[in-house]
Amino acid sequence: MARSNEPARSTAPGDAPRPGGSAAGILLSAADVARVVDRMAHQLIERAAAADPESSDGGLSALVLVGIPTRGAPLARRLAARIAAFTGTTVDVGTADITLYRDDLRLRGVRALEPTVLPDAGIDGRLVVLVDDVLYSGRSVRAALDALRDLGRPRSVQLAVLVDRGHRELPIRADFVGKNVPTSRNQQVKVHLAEIDGVDEVLVTEGETVSGQGREHRSEERARSGASRGSEGATE
Amino acid sequence: MKRHLLESADLDRADATLVLDTAAQIDAALAGREVKKLPTLRGRTVVNLFYEDSTRTRISFELAAKRLSADVINFSAKGSSVSKGESLKDTALTLEAMGSDAIVVRHSASGAPHRLASWVKGSVVNAGDGTHEHPTQALLDAYTIRQRLGRLEGVRVAIVGDVLHSRVARSNVWLLRTLGAEVTVVAPPTLLPVGIGSWPVEVSYDLDAVLPKADVVMMLRVQAERMNASFFPSAREYSRRYGLDARRMAALDDDAIVMHPGPMNRGMEIAAEVADSVRSTIVEQVGNGVSVRMAVLYLLLGGNEPA
Repeated sequence: MARSNEPARSTAPGDAPRPGGSAAGILLSAADVARVVDRMAHQLIERAAAADPESSDGGLSALVLVGIPTRGAPLARRLAARIAAFTGTTVDVGTADITLYRDDLRLRGVRALEPTVLPDAGIDGRLVVLVDDVLYSGRSVRAALDALRDLGRPRSVQLAVLVDRGHRELPIRADFVGKNVPTSRNQQVKVHLAEIDGVDEVLVTEGETVSGQGREHRSEERARSGASRGSEGATE
Repeated sequence: MKRHLLESADLDRADATLVLDTAAQIDAALAGREVKKLPTLRGRTVVNLFYEDSTRTRISFELAAKRLSADVINFSAKGSSVSKGESLKDTALTLEAMGSDAIVVRHSASGAPHRLASWVKGSVVNAGDGTHEHPTQALLDAYTIRQRLGRLEGVRVAIVGDVLHSRVARSNVWLLRTLGAEVTVVAPPTLLPVGIGSWPVEVSYDLDAVLPKADVVMMLRVQAERMNASFFPSAREYSRRYGLDARRMAALDDDAIVMHPGPMNRGMEIAAEVADSVRSTIVEQVGNGVSVRMAVLYLLLGGNEPA
């Protein structure tokens, strides 16, 4: 799949503006998402084998995919399913909720927690790959690393994201990237997955203010309603 | 959620469910972990302001705050300036001036936490006020019921004993009602409060008639220290009519559970063999108390700017 070096807004020319004045462009369709996930699964297989060349199963028994809720969790399960389809080996999957490790709770309000589930074998001494939908500021990943530290001591930790939209605020980079998307800060990247949203797609929305009061207000509402953490990269 | 947790009525169904779900997630996240600590409330200060004696509630709140990495200050009226005559308001303002973000208060006067909440900027959590309310006890009881029976909607709960003096009963009645359970209150007429008719409960004076229809039996402690008159002829007679012994326990449904908020008067309202039976959730309730109080502190304090 070709990587887009154009600004994200140009990836879907002619897309009709949505009501409310903000335009949404489709960045990845359902077929694109499936292709990207397949490619990432292959990369994970290669990297696991390279990390453990002696292993009889290509290093896959040491691999644990840990999804960051909300949408990192189904993404991790999908990657595991594709790895199983390509190699016949089942890899361990877990989820790690990072809400209680966030550094922005005071700014953005509390929210409902999501499950933390680790494989029975734990993560000690294994190759943990954190899986998230959008990589933006890097603060979610920072929180996930802190959570992992309390959960065990992996041999190494890597990061896989479906979309990297730039604008890092911390020295963090992804090891596996589905799609690099240069964005501006006042765009939003929304990942929708069939397991949660009923449809697979990645959208870029224009023109919403993502800083200050508006952002706080939205996430507070979300927390109050007990709804899931949004997938917008903008609120990462 | 509101800023304070003063009574069960502060929680609507969505809020109450959010607390229980959050507690369940915290429970699951910490289960089997070596480091049972979360960084969530780092740098926040929680004051336990206890004007009345307490073992489990104070320790439970302290543990909950510490597991969330908050700093905890324990204050008990004994050995403080309260014995020099300092008022509740001055004490609270002093604590707040020293930078407390939340005050967990227990007081012998009903309504003290409400007064406190009007004076301070931080959050106030009622840990029991007189004979009024004890909302976190109700939350942990609801959590325990849901954990054991898998649901709260339609669960038939019998609350038995000294309802008049029980803040646990009051909080449970309102919270369980909010969550869809059906509550029956069983007590001698002398131990029912005036105005029980306006509560959303059935009232019965006959424990033996209620037991076979109950999914949950919640025994209340006979609060001798609050009794300034004779409410029943003798402890033995009370125990015979309203105590839960092995014979009465046999009348319960197979899945029914027995709860007690503690501390127990073994042999009075509950027989030792009942308290130690597999139906009893008394020890679980204590353990669940920590998770539920962590959830409450997280939801009240986690998102606010420091006071």
